[in-house]
Amino acid sequence: MEQVMQAPTKPGRYDIRGLAEPDAEAPRTAVISGTTAELDAADLSTRRINLELRRLLHEEGVTDITLHNPKARHSIAVGLLLRCRITIEGSLGYFGCGLADGAEIHVKGRVGWSVAENMMSGVVVIDKNAGSLTGAALRGGDLVVRGHVGARTGIDQKGGTIIVGGNAGSMTGFMMQRGRQIICGDAGPGLGDSMYDGVLYVAGKVASLGVDCVEEEMTDADNELIDRKFGIYRLDRPDTFRKFVCGKQLYNYDTLEPSERKLVL
Amino acid sequence: MCGIAGIIYTSGRGDVGRDMTNMLQAMKHRGPDSTGFALYGEPDDLLVMRFKLADPNDGNDFGYEERLNRSRREVESRLAKIGADIDRVEGESEYAYRATFRYDGELKPLADYVEDVPGAEVLSLGHSLEIIKDLGDAETVAEQYRLNDFTGTHAIGHVRMATESDVDIAGAHPYWAYPFSDVAVVHNGQLTNYHQWRRRLERTGHRFQSECDSEIIAVYLAQSMADGMPLETAMKQSLEDLDGVFTYLVVTQDQLGMAKDEMAAKPLVLHEGDGVVVLASEEGAIREVLQQEIDSYDPYEGEVMVWSR
Repeated sequence: MEQVMQAPTKPGRYDIRGLAEPDAEAPRTAVISGTTAELDAADLSTRRINLELRRLLHEEGVTDITLHNPKARHSIAVGLLLRCRITIEGSLGYFGCGLADGAEIHVKGRVGWSVAENMMSGVVVIDKNAGSLTGAALRGGDLVVRGHVGARTGIDQKGGTIIVGGNAGSMTGFMMQRGRQIICGDAGPGLGDSMYDGVLYVAGKVASLGVDCVEEEMTDADNELIDRKFGIYRLDRPDTFRKFVCGKQLYNYDTLEPSERKLVL
Repeated sequence: MCGIAGIIYTSGRGDVGRDMTNMLQAMKHRGPDSTGFALYGEPDDLLVMRFKLADPNDGNDFGYEERLNRSRREVESRLAKIGADIDRVEGESEYAYRATFRYDGELKPLADYVEDVPGAEVLSLGHSLEIIKDLGDAETVAEQYRLNDFTGTHAIGHVRMATESDVDIAGAHPYWAYPFSDVAVVHNGQLTNYHQWRRRLERTGHRFQSECDSEIIAVYLAQSMADGMPLETAMKQSLEDLDGVFTYLVVTQDQLGMAKDEMAAKPLVLHEGDGVVVLASEEGAIREVLQQEIDSYDPYEGEVMVWSR
């Protein structure tokens, strides 16, 4: 039976299916000058902020947006699939800057869990701390956190680079499959647990290594990569980096029978 | 999912009722089933007891009001019988009450005696702790119980998305550490060795009102403190003793503490400011109290922190 959906009366409300403002439209409140724009998000709902960003980028030809008063809300600046520059004057909640492809985003505050989740390409720079699951399932691009990050940074990472200026929590690089992480501070327990591939560089102390994560010699190529990345983002480079990779014992199979395997190993 | 929040004014007092309402309302999406507050007012030599005699889910059937009145008279007469000098008993809603009285004896016999009245549950008992919990979002509960004027030193709160037990007041947080005065806990997560701990604590004589795993944290901590452990030591030990994923906040008469399990599976954002420490599952809730840009961070796995006022 066809059910009549109630249009939400106030911004920030949900319809009966739990969808946030399904009929919302871009508020058209941004101040545009040429290809730059300023948007004050203080009185806008999350959905209307994202609609306004889309309108500016796709309809107004704006390429450089400054967003004011994000007030630590969730899911801001998600799904931006074109080259653009976004500056966020404040902090974001969970799932900020997710699903980006090509955007350059600078967050001047802190971010909650799962920032830049599933980014395909582009740059996200965060000036303060980040929560857990930073750069979850990252596919490409650079994610730079100048402060500390929580647990499980780069979980399921499939490419790209995550740079952390401070410390990282437990299970950093959990199940990562490709890409690299450069951590200037300490790493928590279970570093690189169950990783398939990829590289983790840690300059500080490592509380413990996860299953099938092993240390390897740093090469000139590794140092060159770190120098280059740190040059781009003007970060102080510690000179105590160690390199951790997959030991290739856990998810790498061969044709040996279990009994033969015992003999060989 | 659940959302938890805590605030402690490390010097002085604040509008904990209003602050906590705003913080919890900002996290309504994390748990719309029920909302609870543990607020600390001015310590008094009178004991404050919050109790309920029915549940909002109970049918408002024939004789409901009369039953409530009878139960209320029974609670008052039992308080008098056990030696409490009653100051006043106020109805806070049609089924929840606040009683103040003078009493020097052990709290457990008193609480047990009151809970023996049909439908009665003691929600909190202490010299400054008051637990208010009911179904609905924070604003609904705050309005119902007139919490906006509540000033005090520290508070914790909880919005609940029921996963393992019923949507009723008994299943709502915060939990008072029955029968220990002025200790309460809110919790976000699941404990996997709940039954083991419940049986263990029941064998030592503790009662549990709900099927909710969070209830054991409160009793576990208060028991450890009663055995002579400082709060922080008891909390560190709890990380060894409790299994599962959890972030919990605990309050005593002058302290607020947080603990996070070793997986860091449940979120908590922390801001230590000038004269106030605010914690919440989401930064958006902290912004309801502090509008300006603030420095905040997530505590790491296995961390225990305690603030005193």
